[in-house]
Amino acid sequence: MANADCIVIQGSNMAECHPVGFQWVTEAKARGAKVIHVDPRFTRTTAVADKHVPIRVGSDIVLLGGLIRHVLENDLYFDEYVRTFTNASTILGDDFADTEDLDGLFSGYDPDTGTYDTQTWAYADVDRSRRGVPPSQPAEQDPTLQDPRCVFQVLKRHYSRYTPEMVEEVCGISAEDFAYLADAITQNSGRERTTCFAYAVGWTQHSQGAQYIRTAAALQLLLGNVGRPGSGIMALRGHASIQGSTDIPTLFNLLPGYLPMPKAGTHDTLEDYLAAIGSKEQKSYWANADTYMISLLKAWWGEAATADNDFAYDYLPRLTGAHGTYQTVMSMLKDEVDGYFILGQNPAVGSANGRMQRLGMSHLKWLVVRDFQLIESATWWKDGPEIASGELKTEDIDTEVFFLPAANHTEKSGTFTQTQRLVQWREQAVHPPGDAQSELQFFYELGCRLREKLADSTDPRDRPLLDLTWDYPVDEHGDPSAEAVLAEINGFHTSGPEAGTPLSSYLEMQADGSTAGGCWIYTGIYADGINHANKRVPGSAQDEIAADWAWAWPANRRILYNRASADAQGKPWSERKKLVWWDEETGRWTGQDVPDFPADRAPDAVPERAQGGPGALTGADAFVMQPDGKGWLYAPTGVVDGPLPTHYEAQESPVPNPLYAQQHSPAQVMFDRRDNLMAPLPGQAGAGVYPVIFTTYRLTEHHTAGGMSRWLPYLSELQPELFAEVSPELAAERGLEPYGWATIISPRAAIEVRLLVTERVTPISVGSAAAGSQRTVHQIGLPYHWGVGAQAHIVGDAVNDLLGITLDPNVLIQDSKTGACDIIPGRRPRGPELEELVDDYRRRAGLIDAAGRVTDKAHQDDRPGDPWDTPPEAQQGVYTHEDGGGADAADSFHEPEKEEGSS
Amino acid sequence: MARISFLDWPVFRQFRSGDTTGRGPAVTSQQTKDMRPRTEDADTVARSVCPYCAVGCGQLIYAKDNKVIQIEGDPDSPISRGRLCPKGSASEQLVNASGRITEVLYRAPKAKEWTTLDLDTALDMIAERFLEARRNHWQDKDSEGRHLRRTMGVASLGGATLDNEENYLIKKLFTAAGAIQIENQARI
Amino acid sequence: MSAPMTAPAEQHHNAATSAPSDTADPAVATGWEHTHERKGFFTDTSICIGCKACEVACKEWNRNPADGNLELLGSSYDNTGGLGANTWRHVAFIEQDAEQIAAARESGRRLVNLGMPTVRTRGNDTPTPGGPAASGPAGGRQVDALAAAETIGDTDLTPPDTPEFRWLMASDVCKHCTHAGCLDVCPTGALFRTEFGTVVVQADVCNGCGTCVAGCPFGVIERRDDGTINPPTERESPAAGTPIEQDVPHPGTANKCTLCYDRLVAGDQPACAKTCPTTSIKFGDRADMVATAEQRVRDLHAQGMTEARLYGANPNDGVGGTGSVFLLLDEPEVYGLPPDPRVATKDLPQMFATAGIAAAGMIAATAFAFLGGRK
Repeated sequence: MANADCIVIQGSNMAECHPVGFQWVTEAKARGAKVIHVDPRFTRTTAVADKHVPIRVGSDIVLLGGLIRHVLENDLYFDEYVRTFTNASTILGDDFADTEDLDGLFSGYDPDTGTYDTQTWAYADVDRSRRGVPPSQPAEQDPTLQDPRCVFQVLKRHYSRYTPEMVEEVCGISAEDFAYLADAITQNSGRERTTCFAYAVGWTQHSQGAQYIRTAAALQLLLGNVGRPGSGIMALRGHASIQGSTDIPTLFNLLPGYLPMPKAGTHDTLEDYLAAIGSKEQKSYWANADTYMISLLKAWWGEAATADNDFAYDYLPRLTGAHGTYQTVMSMLKDEVDGYFILGQNPAVGSANGRMQRLGMSHLKWLVVRDFQLIESATWWKDGPEIASGELKTEDIDTEVFFLPAANHTEKSGTFTQTQRLVQWREQAVHPPGDAQSELQFFYELGCRLREKLADSTDPRDRPLLDLTWDYPVDEHGDPSAEAVLAEINGFHTSGPEAGTPLSSYLEMQADGSTAGGCWIYTGIYADGINHANKRVPGSAQDEIAADWAWAWPANRRILYNRASADAQGKPWSERKKLVWWDEETGRWTGQDVPDFPADRAPDAVPERAQGGPGALTGADAFVMQPDGKGWLYAPTGVVDGPLPTHYEAQESPVPNPLYAQQHSPAQVMFDRRDNLMAPLPGQAGAGVYPVIFTTYRLTEHHTAGGMSRWLPYLSELQPELFAEVSPELAAERGLEPYGWATIISPRAAIEVRLLVTERVTPISVGSAAAGSQRTVHQIGLPYHWGVGAQAHIVGDAVNDLLGITLDPNVLIQDSKTGACDIIPGRRPRGPELEELVDDYRRRAGLIDAAGRVTDKAHQDDRPGDPWDTPPEAQQGVYTHEDGGGADAADSFHEPEKEEGSS
Repeated sequence: MARISFLDWPVFRQFRSGDTTGRGPAVTSQQTKDMRPRTEDADTVARSVCPYCAVGCGQLIYAKDNKVIQIEGDPDSPISRGRLCPKGSASEQLVNASGRITEVLYRAPKAKEWTTLDLDTALDMIAERFLEARRNHWQDKDSEGRHLRRTMGVASLGGATLDNEENYLIKKLFTAAGAIQIENQARI
Repeated sequence: MSAPMTAPAEQHHNAATSAPSDTADPAVATGWEHTHERKGFFTDTSICIGCKACEVACKEWNRNPADGNLELLGSSYDNTGGLGANTWRHVAFIEQDAEQIAAARESGRRLVNLGMPTVRTRGNDTPTPGGPAASGPAGGRQVDALAAAETIGDTDLTPPDTPEFRWLMASDVCKHCTHAGCLDVCPTGALFRTEFGTVVVQADVCNGCGTCVAGCPFGVIERRDDGTINPPTERESPAAGTPIEQDVPHPGTANKCTLCYDRLVAGDQPACAKTCPTTSIKFGDRADMVATAEQRVRDLHAQGMTEARLYGANPNDGVGGTGSVFLLLDEPEVYGLPPDPRVATKDLPQMFATAGIAAAGMIAATAFAFLGGRK
């Protein structure tokens, strides 16, 4: 980022949420870079930016689409880059229909299920039988970019109505501000200059979060801002190892290294599974998925994984749809889950629709909470909001609760993976006090006990546990060696002369069982038996790539797709922006970073098409993880809600969609339930009952749901109380007193807040004056760090209780950024009157009738569809992240990245 | 009580040191003269990483007698260059918080309060319950006879604050046990 | 003036007699051998992001108790309020509209334009050729535009678009004055001038008399109470958390920033400066800090931000200049800083110099008596 000439921070409050990372923005600015903050609120980030562009929450695709249109219509794109590295010239099939043709729907939509059949989105010459599978052959091209069916022209038509006027109408951004932003990014892109975007959960926590990121990716590809110094789209993630927890996932749908969990029906055999991930014919390193998967199975089941039993593939449980955290809570409410482990999270405060979370837990037979302090998720049964309101009585709750003290980051060694994929080792400083244990020790011991108790079992269902490799060296305190686990993650040879030696690259992985490795993208971190995550050459003693500080996946590469930092001939685009280039003399790629490309593949190489995998990449196929080697302006596969990002209004937006008759994302995931009611749609009776939009966010002084901040005196005193940020205009309209109390009511809950009346929040004017549709939208901001309980030093109502659950269909992340509410002066009622207040609003909005029954109108979703029932191959490459999409700055298409080439 | 020598008499020092107004070296106490940073008392300095956000700032953990006495930024880190935000700067309190719980607590069904529990007993109870829940909600096949080999009885939430090695063992163990409902903050 | 701006330390040597050398090295003036340059902070508020890491790092290093009352203060994002016995760094948050921004810009411009082409030293109104151009209209004021008039004159002064709104953040700290009121009035020798030119309280000497509290023109130093945090008054159950239990070191003594004396003696930098994510807080030799600050003001002026000005860099202000200098974007009052702090004891050195002769006689007499007594 420090190398950028222009930085657009959108969907992120970087100075507040990543203050130390922000030093690089400060530095870029000192060198003359322009910093623009696009955000509904004026925040601490805005305070030090050159320009604030206020935006209505949930309208980012219109702004970004407007910029794409501006770039295309005015020929401001980086022509040579676009032609060389993107799929702009690829011809699409003639059965593809755009949202411009179908008034907000793409071809292939099934209204009964609310899902898309993505076959018609394919490239023109893809074999019909392979549709929905990543394309493996070069599609038909039009190098002139004139064919009406080429991606370039489709893109141009798709965004043709995303004009500055439309931006003003939808986003509330003036023509002047739009021009400022457009000029800033186009003047700071090209051979000599680069623009960087930074985002965080302000983009991902929407029901179209993945599409927000894809819009920015398309814009950055058009401007030539991917794979180059100071370019890309920087995903700023919120937890120490949230990146690591998707790489080596504690997520239902993934195995380590972004291999999918197998699904019943489509992945019944190992062969089916591997064919669905990536054919051997496609370009890219996904063609070697068999070696990654079989090495994983060998790492887990060792000797028991043999060629004869498909390497114990059948030991893996199967998915039958979405089993995400919200679905699990709904299963709890149906008494279908007995036990729940909560490990360093606080869902009673931090998850959407908190009441549903807490009630779900009250249905459990047992709950294990592992944390440092008695967080609200451990004490809801005695001091939660439902106890206070009388809805639950402690003595009626049957749930057994175990609180186990956890070791903190100083009390154990291990690795965190930070937001740029850098895996850093922590040395243990002290031993945990008392009964406190690391997760490593707890789960290791739990595993040992499970295996002991089942030791005599002959039940085939217990074989996977009994055959599991579960033998780690422990220290004198019984704590297993994290380094031994890291070595298993890295992988090793299982047989032959090198048996036991660590792998140094995933290119060494084999599909015959002769290698084992727990997470292929991490292979190399323990090469030569050295813990490369613990490399500590001081930054001051290195160049700015700092390759000898820790280890970045894959292959210690710091900037992905960096082949694109050189032109078609392999020469740097400019001296100022050089990073990786082709060295004629040695016949290799070289430069400051590890080249993200087969090291000896000449820029003009055009390999035989007979082969697949990385060997098939041409010298200009910089996007080495894409099946066609190109940066995708248009995504023929991999995204379930459309190959091009399209603006829809958020579920609870008070504004009609001016672009299409289709109001909401047709593929968003909804839960049509009494405990998850949604505000009426614009234009419906009762639509004015919840007229204000609230958006949630974080403060510098706290950490997410507060488990690691509200128990610390120094942080508690800095931001002691929950507040709402409201504009002076809204305050005047509603009689809200500065620093007084107010109550906020959504269709789910009511909470009380103190008030910060501030010009940092401005009403947004949307709609078209010409069409007579102009109106003012009030937005209020709510930091969500507080919870109701008695243990923390500071407590307060939980903002997330206000949120309903509407999910992005790609990644199943909820929309936390656009909720409908009303705000009134004064504190909220106590006891049963609280629910009565919420019900009163629901009745007025027509969501429930006089008897409290849910009305027909409240049923806004009659689609039983589960997007996760679509063919899983369509999900390949879709990341799941808190902070959403991109694992990386250079992430043109949020898909896992890989390795360099043969050497 | 130590005898104060004549030469240490403040008034005398005032002259001897040239600090005629008694505002400098003449008035420094022994404690002041001996002043050193407490980091010099540390037995060990561990190189670590901040546990809050995903920037991954380097931390130096100063410890003495198995107790953390100071945490500050690691100037060697090319990511953070020794700097920390308020949360990172407060992380010594995270470690040494007065109210930190270090024993196992147990709440029985319908109970109004916590009781303490021996760690070994707790682990055994949890293992028993895990197996029972796994059994209660086991699914061998789906309605179409397709292989499932899973249990819906046990779920887990957490991981974004944990180490890669820990997540690895959690995923490995749960998957082998057939428990698929594993989630973390990445989805929230 | 024709020469580039000189650092105030050098100007001093040109300018006047006793006070200037104090600014350069107040440690020597109190009897230290010259072993260190005078240390100080430069707090550049124009790049502060208001994260409060300085507040926390300071408390954490110095083991100062939390002292907030756990209620919103009603001052934007500031819930600390000000410097005190336990809070030695404080970040102020000021929200301003376009009118206030324009006024700040204008007042900054006035500082430059009205600034005499000379420097007027205290008690000496004779213009000093070659002195800084912009020590402010009042000469002795704390605020300096401190950019050479020519620099401004050559620059297109058309201000950039005045933004509609801005949010100022600024981290305040003890000024470590050249003429420190707290130090001068301390009757016990608890306060002392260090070899780094800073001013530090010795907790083991302080008897908590509180004289220093009144002596500080900035309201920085304060006596520490027993550390009880009053629980929030108007909040109801269940919204009541667990009270903070904490150690309160040295209750009853006077406390303030030590510029991390215990770190400086080991060659480390103060905790706040080390942790500051954006280098808004810089630490170093005071002369370098002032030079950096002056350059920064010039750069901002060149960008049309005439609101930028320095606070504390003027050796001729009422405290002889401060060890902690600040770049502000508006009048000091806006940040809660006194516009014209004066230490009543500023004349003490001269008084002492005169009184010294008499005192020497008295002490000699005492010494004789003492020696006589031991015989």
